Amino acid sequence: MKLLRRIFPHPHLTILLTLVWLLLANKPSLNSLLFGLLLGIVIPFITQPYWPDRPKLRNWPMVVEYILVVLWDIVLANIAVARIILFKRDEDREPNWVSIPLELRTPEAITVLAGTITMTPGTVSCDLSAQGHNLLVHCLDAPDPDAVRDQIKSRYERRLKEIFE
Amino acid sequence: MHSLFELLIAFFLIVSGIFGFVGSYGMLKLKDPMSRLHAPTKATTLGVGGVLLASIFHSILIERHLSLHELLITLFLFLTAPITALFIAKWHINRHETPADLPDAGEDGLWATHAVPQDEEKPDQTTN
Repeated sequence: MKLLRRIFPHPHLTILLTLVWLLLANKPSLNSLLFGLLLGIVIPFITQPYWPDRPKLRNWPMVVEYILVVLWDIVLANIAVARIILFKRDEDREPNWVSIPLELRTPEAITVLAGTITMTPGTVSCDLSAQGHNLLVHCLDAPDPDAVRDQIKSRYERRLKEIFE
Repeated sequence: MHSLFELLIAFFLIVSGIFGFVGSYGMLKLKDPMSRLHAPTKATTLGVGGVLLASIFHSILIERHLSLHELLITLFLFLTAPITALFIAKWHINRHETPADLPDAGEDGLWATHAVPQDEEKPDQTTN
């Protein structure tokens, strides 16, 4: 077991790298599988010093749920933003800054949250507070900033908290 | 059956075309720089996503072979686009916003872009 741990210090990264290599090759063959696996073993081994306290993913079903929720929200938000751009007069739009107090403390979790907020059209995460306890988000059209904050906290942050912490 | 597949592929291409267009139009129509930043996040999600789905369906349904490396484009876009947006936003905050313009940063007092030692040499404000 210990030997296995030493060869595969980061099994998820090994699987991910192998998958990415297979997708890059775009043709399932033993050749690319072996080379992908080789990369998947060598790269985690070399980069080991760079992730000393990596977080453990605790809740795999929640990861799947999170991805589906985000994809669905991206589709909905795209339509909402398209309507704002096409049909709303620029003077009626209310762009707003929103400050989101974070309960997440893991840097990786905050990164995922900030990335999710940016990729959902209509909101862009712009800055962290000095010690990383608040996230600054810019909204394209938010007459009610508190509602945006509550939605981000309940839809994304709650799920990320279950995944990472 | 073949024409049904083509209809499906055409649907995804049209969807991506529409959203790509709206994203670019937004860049023109929105007046303030922070709002303009929202346009590229639109184009990279449904705009690119539609083309990639159409490409995957085309290779599976019409050319009859599995091709999934389009998924990698989505993966890399989702990794890089938020970082670019964050850089542009931080530049904007650094140049054009004061702590008073932004909402309360909670217990930390200042946003990270403003929380640099004040005796640092100020960047040249005339070149923009």
